[in-house]
Amino acid sequence: MTTVEAVIDRNVTQALETMLLIRTFEEKSAELQAAGLSPSMCTSVGQEASAAGVVSALGPNDLILTNHRSAGHLLARGADPRRVMAEIQGRATGYCGGKSGSLHISVKDLGVILTSTIVGGELSLVTGVGLSLSMSDSDAIATVFFGDGAATEGIFHESVNLAAVWNLPILYVCENNQWQAYVHRKETMLTDHVSEWAKGYGIASRTVDGNDVEAVAEAAREAIAYIRANRKPFFLETYTYRLRGHMEPDDQKYVDPAELASWRQRDPIAMLERKLLVDGVLSSVELAAMKVNVVKRVEDAAAYALESPYPSIDQMTTDVYA
Amino acid sequence: MTTITPDQAMTDALAEEMRRDARVITFGEGVATKNYKLAAEFGAKRVRNTPLAEGIIAGTAAGAAATGLRPVVDLLFSPFMTFAMEELVNSAGKLRFISGGQFSFPLVAISRTGAGWAVGAQHNHNLEAWFVHAPGVKVVMPSNAADFKGLLKSAIRDENPVMFFADIGLLHTPGEVPDGDHVVPIGKAAIRREGSFVTLVSYGKTVNHCLAAAATLAEQGIDAEVLDLRSLKPLDEASVLASVAKTGRAVIVHEAAGPCGVGAEIAAIVAEKAFSSLKAPVVRLTGPDAPSAASFPLEAAYAPSAERIVEAVRKF
Repeated sequence: MTTVEAVIDRNVTQALETMLLIRTFEEKSAELQAAGLSPSMCTSVGQEASAAGVVSALGPNDLILTNHRSAGHLLARGADPRRVMAEIQGRATGYCGGKSGSLHISVKDLGVILTSTIVGGELSLVTGVGLSLSMSDSDAIATVFFGDGAATEGIFHESVNLAAVWNLPILYVCENNQWQAYVHRKETMLTDHVSEWAKGYGIASRTVDGNDVEAVAEAAREAIAYIRANRKPFFLETYTYRLRGHMEPDDQKYVDPAELASWRQRDPIAMLERKLLVDGVLSSVELAAMKVNVVKRVEDAAAYALESPYPSIDQMTTDVYA
Repeated sequence: MTTITPDQAMTDALAEEMRRDARVITFGEGVATKNYKLAAEFGAKRVRNTPLAEGIIAGTAAGAAATGLRPVVDLLFSPFMTFAMEELVNSAGKLRFISGGQFSFPLVAISRTGAGWAVGAQHNHNLEAWFVHAPGVKVVMPSNAADFKGLLKSAIRDENPVMFFADIGLLHTPGEVPDGDHVVPIGKAAIRREGSFVTLVSYGKTVNHCLAAAATLAEQGIDAEVLDLRSLKPLDEASVLASVAKTGRAVIVHEAAGPCGVGAEIAAIVAEKAFSSLKAPVVRLTGPDAPSAASFPLEAAYAPSAERIVEAVRKF
C-alpha cells in the first residue's frame, strides 16, 4: 500500500465513523424525544455523507454557517456530542447555554458561526462573513449549508448574486434532500438541480452524489481549492435524501413509499460500510468495534445531557445586548 | 460651532468614524455613487454600492458585524426595512442571545422617514416603534443637526445593532454642530426648554413643533417643558419621570401612528411610575392609523402641529 492510499483509507474510515456518530446521535435524540425526555429536533438522517464529506475538506480557519438541520455539520467539525445533546435539551451545559435549543446551535470556537433557523437566514449572513474574510489577509473561506427549500427563498438569489458580484470566498453547499418541510421539491421547483440556478448568476457550480462521501469530499476539496485560488464563490449541490421526517415525530405518511424505499437502498452509511468491507479497508470486527465506540459516546452524551442542569431563570434576560 | 444640515452632519459623522476606525465600512443602494467623496477617501472596498436588495444588505451587515467589521448600511427609506426585517430582527437582534453571547452585531442601519418630500406611504412610514419591540436592537431618532452627528457617531461605536431613523423633514434644515469629536450618548434625552406647567415629550421633527407650541404658550403665560427623547431604545425613563414629577402633566407628541407607538409606552410608564405626580390624564398626539399621503397638505397634516399641541395644553 502506498502512503497516499493509506491516507485515503484513514480519511474514509474517519468519514464512516463521523457518519455513524451523526446517525447514532440523531436517532438517540429522536428516541429521547419519543420518550418525552427531549424537545423535538430536525434530523439529517440519510444526509450524513454531505456533512462528513464537505466538513472533512475544510481547513481549521474556515468558517461554517448552518441551519436547523445542523447536528451533522457540528459533529463532523468536532463538536462535543455531550454539549450538542445538552443544547438540544436546553441545558445550561449546551454550547449556547440552553438558549438555542436544537435549531440554531453555533460553536464559535470551532468556526461554526451564526447558525440560523429561519430558512435562508444563513444565506443572508454568509455574504457578510465572506465580506469580512475578503477584507482580511486570511485565505479562509466561509461555507454555508442550506437545503433546496432555502433555495426557493428570495434571499438565496440575493445572496448568490451578491457573492458573485463581490467575489466573496464562499462555498455554497445546497443539500438537496428532496423535501422542503412537508412539501416535495418537485411541487415547488421545475428543475432537479439547484446548481442550475446558481449558473445563472455566473458562479462556478457542480452537483455531486450527496450519498457518496468520497465523491462529496473530493468535490468539496476541488471547490475549496478553486475558492482559495480565485477568491470567488463556488456552488456545490449535494444531491441526497431526507430519510426521516421534517421534525420529530413524523409518521412520513405523506412520503411516497417507493421513493423512500429506493433511497433507503442508497443509504450513505450502508453503502460505505459495504464498500470498505469489500475493499478490505475495514474488517467486520473493526466495524463492529467502531459501532460500539460510537454508541458508547452517544449514550454518554445522552446521560450527560439528561443529568445537566437547566439554565437559571435569570439567564432569560442575559446576552440580549452587548 | 459649524452650521450644517443634518444630511451633511451624517456624512461628516460617517467620515470621521471611518477615519478613526478601519473596521467601519458603508454600503447600500447608491452609497458609493452619492458619497463619492467618501469613496474617494476610503476606497471601493469600504464604500460600496449594492444591488437593490435590502434583505441581503442587512444580512451582509449582520454577518460582517459578527466577524469583525462595523458596517453602516443605508436602507434609504424606512418602508424598505420591511424587506430587511428578517435580517435585522431575527439575526442581528436575536443571534447574540440565541448563541449564549458568542456574537455581537455592531452595525448601524440608516433609513429616512416622515413628512417632507411628498414621497407617499411606501417611502414615508414612521415604523420606528416596530424596532422598539424587537429585542437586541437599539433605536435612535434625532431632531437636530448636532444630534444627527453625535448620535450617528455613538451608533457606529455601539456594540449593538442600532436603527438610525432620519426624519426627512429635518434633513436640509441647517443647525449648529459643535466642532471636534461631537458624540451624543445613546439613551439620554435632552431638555430643549425648561418649564413647570406641562411636559411635552417628543422626538424627531415634532420636537420643533413642541418648541413652537411652547413659545406660543409662553406668550399666554403657560410654561411648557420640552423633552427630546432622541433615543427610543433604550428610553431615558428617568428623564421622563423627573420632568413629569416636576410638571404633573404630560403631552406626548410624535408623527408615527398612535396604536402601540412610543407614546403609548411613555403613557404607560408615567401611569405606572408617576401616577401620584399627575394632575391630569396623559395626552397623546400622534399621526393617524392611516398611510401617509403624498399630497403636501395631507402629508404635513399627518404630524401633530404646534397648533394642536397648544390646543391640547390649553385643555388642562
